Amino acid sequence: MTLAQTTCMSRHVINALKTSALVLSSITFACQDLPNRNAVRLHLAPPMTAAPADATSGVSDAPVLAKLTSPPNVPPATNRTKPARVVVNLTVKELVLPMADGTQYTYWTFGGTVPGSFIRVRQGDLVEFHLQNDATSTMPHNIDLHAVTGPGGGAAASFTAPGHASTFSFKALNAGLFVYHCATAPVPLHVANGMYGMILVEPPEGLAPVEREYYVMEGDFYTKGKYHDKGLQPFDMQKGIEARPTYVVFNGAEGSLLGDKALKANVGDTVRIFFGVGGPNLTSSFHVIGEIFDKVHFEGGSSFQDNVQTTLVPAGGSTIVEFKVQVPGDYPLVDHSLFRAFNQGAVGMLNVKGPEDKLIYSGKQQDLLAKQELSPKETALAEALVVGDLTTEQRIAAGRGLFASNCAACHQATGLGLPGTIPPLAGSDYLAKNDKERVLGVVLNGLTGQIKVNGNTFNSVMPPWNHLSNDDLANIMSYVFNSWGNSHGVVSPAEIAKVRPGGAI
Amino acid sequence: MLPKVGRMLAIACALSSTAAAAPQRHPAPAGMTLVGPGVYEPLYAASPAERTVSVSAFLLDRKPVTNAEFLGFVRRDPRWRRDQVKRLLADEGYLKHWAAADRLGNGVRAASPVTGVSWFAAKAFCVERGARLPTEREWELAALASETGADGSQDARWLARILSFYSKPASLPLRDVGTARPNFWGIHDMHGLIWEWVYDFGASLIAADSREKGDAEQNRFCGASGADSRDPGDYAAFMRVAFRSSLQASFTTARLGFRCAADAKVPS
Repeated sequence: MTLAQTTCMSRHVINALKTSALVLSSITFACQDLPNRNAVRLHLAPPMTAAPADATSGVSDAPVLAKLTSPPNVPPATNRTKPARVVVNLTVKELVLPMADGTQYTYWTFGGTVPGSFIRVRQGDLVEFHLQNDATSTMPHNIDLHAVTGPGGGAAASFTAPGHASTFSFKALNAGLFVYHCATAPVPLHVANGMYGMILVEPPEGLAPVEREYYVMEGDFYTKGKYHDKGLQPFDMQKGIEARPTYVVFNGAEGSLLGDKALKANVGDTVRIFFGVGGPNLTSSFHVIGEIFDKVHFEGGSSFQDNVQTTLVPAGGSTIVEFKVQVPGDYPLVDHSLFRAFNQGAVGMLNVKGPEDKLIYSGKQQDLLAKQELSPKETALAEALVVGDLTTEQRIAAGRGLFASNCAACHQATGLGLPGTIPPLAGSDYLAKNDKERVLGVVLNGLTGQIKVNGNTFNSVMPPWNHLSNDDLANIMSYVFNSWGNSHGVVSPAEIAKVRPGGAI
Repeated sequence: MLPKVGRMLAIACALSSTAAAAPQRHPAPAGMTLVGPGVYEPLYAASPAERTVSVSAFLLDRKPVTNAEFLGFVRRDPRWRRDQVKRLLADEGYLKHWAAADRLGNGVRAASPVTGVSWFAAKAFCVERGARLPTEREWELAALASETGADGSQDARWLARILSFYSKPASLPLRDVGTARPNFWGIHDMHGLIWEWVYDFGASLIAADSREKGDAEQNRFCGASGADSRDPGDYAAFMRVAFRSSLQASFTTARLGFRCAADAKVPS
């Protein structure tokens, strides 16, 4: 930080007290853009400001610990009238988390969530960033904050091995809502695994107070299996390169803003959503069904547009939308590229409670549709699905797909395994001579060490598959027990539950 | 993207050296086997004129060093006990997962790879055996092999399998060494189990002097990092380079171990 920059900043502080963020940001730009800062210094009056007297940084000495929040929550406004030295502690963690019901993914996260912790500072703050890479991490990581002015946005300075920590500082020169992300090679993989989040740099006058503030980011994910295939899904690089996502979701997982986790507001509230796109590939056509954004700070910048239906948000970009909710009900958040919403998971929900206003919205006044009826066969099938009472044929059929996505990589679709490495299931004497409980135990607990199957010795490791539900495991085992010449009967979810350590899931 | 001639050479040499190895060479130290010679194309070429790298034949441990083996070393040379090691030579995470300075305890498998070891400690272990750490070039040549060929770099299924190892959760307990199928050279666990120290780890991404770590080349951090690389699709190679360049010689991590190498001496 040169003295010239300090002078620039001090002038911002003064100006901020009497100008809008729009004007302020243009002054910031002008200051930064001056070719010779030292020359400028000579022509400027000494700083006249109530800001702290620290001549080297222009900020107060007493550090402020940034309060970070997990999505969809947003930290409270800084409510500071002057810049401060702000300490941010963020820990990178690699975690297995649900991506959809019954589907898991190995996420790489800033702070244990996707998107990462929300950071809120004020323009002019000196941010002291401590990036810790958890000891359980497999990968080195770093952080590139788009709010940083400087090469790499902090990436090189924050490059950190597992179990270690790095520190760097930056001056929050520009107000706005900025994306941050990991920038360690291969960058698209780190981002595709969820390594992004946002930092809000408030303008000096702050943002207008509103009743509700939320934090939502959209991201595209690439899994080996198809949408809704069960089990731990590995990353699929080819789909990533071709930009063919399996999932497009808000806040890292399907359903993360649905049901109990829906966003909440009351009639009369103004809702502000800090919305960003982590990517790595897609841009978003962000839309809230049934609302019109009163105000959109497009691209997360200082200008705004009034009365917007859908706003386009680039990958690695953001927007701040505000709208007053006037009618109770459910308001879905979607990417209006609608296959993403309908087939890939890009749906969230805002529940608004309060009194009706029939003048603004009448509700349905007449129902002209006839009631749909199911055929007796459809009814029986639907009932069977609800009570989980499938026929043997239905279980085997359901197990075929689950086997393909969970087991076939090793045991092969033919059930023949791999000679010398993976034991066969087809015609296996191991399945024939061990009782059912023991076999189910192997599936739930895994198996390490030497076994003999059909006269051949194997010494591999089978991991436990206890992350699958009782129903899925019953279907898989029914399929295995009745395929490739095997005939060992059907397996029920209750039998899995009986063997499962620690009870049912 | 190894040139075809280079691949042929690697395979041809491998076959001839295997056939002729017994009478011409000293017996390999226990647990080691001959790798190479071979030619490969590194992820980042040293210069446009040096797209390929030639590696002489060398000896490499078939399996990573285990907890039991490293425990033996620590008992023989107490300077490398976690309660006696100098902080300059190993950080606070050094052998932290063991129950005690000279005991593995029940939670640690004797035949699992030792992790949580610094470069200094790994190097000392190999020196005690009359061996050394493999160079990055040696390690990468050995790792290039699939289960069936000396060069798996054109085998899309093999590359996809390597990449899938990284999708497994980091919290899985490490399995025993040597339980997966060996590669073309008869070497186990080059992929899918742990990261491994190489002698010249600091040469990755950055200048050869690892004290210049803070000046890592900027354009290899962000999206630009694919631009000057051999194959922007080889994600596993990027991860290895990124991992190595995040290290300092005293660092330890929960998934970083090593294996030893030695020169393949030919009697005159």
